[in-house]
Amino acid sequence: MLEVDGIDVFYGDAQVLWDVGFEVRPGELFVLVGANGAGKSTALKAISSLIRPARGRIQFEGEALHALEPHQVVERGVVHVPEGRRLFPEMTVEENLLLGAMTRRAKAKRRSSLEWVYELFPRLQARRRQPAGTLSGGEQQMAAVGRGLMGQPRLLMVDEPSLGLAPILVGEIFSIVRRVHEEGVTTLMIEQNVQQSLAVCDRACVLENGRIVLHGSGQQLLHNDQVRAAYLGL
Amino acid sequence: MDVFLQTLVAGVLKGGLYALIGAGMTLIMGVMRIINLAHGQMMMVAMYITYVCFHYWGLDPYLALFISMPALFLLGVGIQKYTLNPLLKAESLLPENQVLMTVGIGMVLTEVIRFIFTSNYLSVKTGYSDAAFFLGRISFSVALTIAFGIACAITAFLFWLLVKTDLGRSIRAVAQDEEAAALMGIHVERIRSTAMGLGAALAAAAGTLLLPVYYLYPDIGGPFTRRAFIITVLGGLGSTVGAIGGGLVLGLAEAFGATYIGMASEEMVGLIIFLAVLLFLPEGLKRLTRV
Repeated sequence: MLEVDGIDVFYGDAQVLWDVGFEVRPGELFVLVGANGAGKSTALKAISSLIRPARGRIQFEGEALHALEPHQVVERGVVHVPEGRRLFPEMTVEENLLLGAMTRRAKAKRRSSLEWVYELFPRLQARRRQPAGTLSGGEQQMAAVGRGLMGQPRLLMVDEPSLGLAPILVGEIFSIVRRVHEEGVTTLMIEQNVQQSLAVCDRACVLENGRIVLHGSGQQLLHNDQVRAAYLGL
Repeated sequence: MDVFLQTLVAGVLKGGLYALIGAGMTLIMGVMRIINLAHGQMMMVAMYITYVCFHYWGLDPYLALFISMPALFLLGVGIQKYTLNPLLKAESLLPENQVLMTVGIGMVLTEVIRFIFTSNYLSVKTGYSDAAFFLGRISFSVALTIAFGIACAITAFLFWLLVKTDLGRSIRAVAQDEEAAALMGIHVERIRSTAMGLGAALAAAAGTLLLPVYYLYPDIGGPFTRRAFIITVLGGLGSTVGAIGGGLVLGLAEAFGATYIGMASEEMVGLIIFLAVLLFLPEGLKRLTRV
């Protein structure tokens, strides 16, 4: 479904990604794990066309994404829930959700998407008239994922949903991602919480200093000695 | 007492028009994060368009709104698309350099108009330009009262647009977080152009409404750019409600300055307020109203 093939990405003169490649298959929950600064978010930004790779190709269902503008990528159904949630703080929860459905495809289903999101996250419905900036961290993450779902994603990309959340909420967030995925949404998640994210995913790859060093199924990686030593402290 | 009330009325009526100018600049400020230093000059262009409509085609200035506002919308979109957006793409330039570009655009607009119309003072004299009606002993200029009503209607429309429509939500989203807005599928460049167009159209409305009671010459843009700047700072940079309050405050201050100090000090009063706000209330009226 999504093929990232040998991309090199630079910020100015500094190279961040070297020959990164992976594939997300239809219907799966794929996780890209790695330490802080490994280049995970950069990889997602490249898929969203927020930055252009210097080399390599990014294809979604056979179409080259790296030639498109960010809003065109969203129109193709590739929706990016950014790191740090990035809600519009002065707008209400409902306005934030409505902004998730700005493409023509998503606008047509706006009403039903909104009902679907409120059904998944009843707490958002209770707080729909509240400015998004006043929500708690966990609720903000729900709103961010909900806003992504409003775009009727064919591929949902979630960047570090557990960032800045209390450990008790991290589990909840992962079960939310799991639930969304069970609704039939192909999902690409980025995490530095290696143990929990490997446990919920179908397949994963490990990014280290801008290079893919390992890939396999979640269970394989959980039992890989290298992963256990470097990320799980075992 | 009559003089006081009369001044109050004059100030509020003028303030309504200033609010339009300020709201336009604030809209641009919010989305582009720069002060548009060609704002008054855009307004001046709209005034000349209105003058041409009136002088050559006999079109009433209020009807000329339907020409001057769309024309300035297009001018604003064009300026953003062909002069400011390309600047943002040059990585070696700071975004603040857009401000310098707007200064240049203001000069070009002024000199092009001078080339076409010369520096002569022009005016539009309509049947109602000098007409007035009285409530008690207070006189209301007919032209300014109508202008105030239209300004209120346009402001209400602006609020409806910003709060209730997808376009308005997109504009606010770009103002709050440009990158996140792009991830929503919003075409950020198009929203920037639209916001610049809307800001220019609001300035156009103010210019056209002011023309029946004002005189016109190519350099009139400068003082109005300064006023728009003062209003925007008064309102707290980027707050539309604040800008409307700022417009009223400036209108009142100028009216009272003109009445109690002297006609010549009209602009000085505005600048003194500007300094005072910077010194004592740097966040502007937004700090007081929290909106």
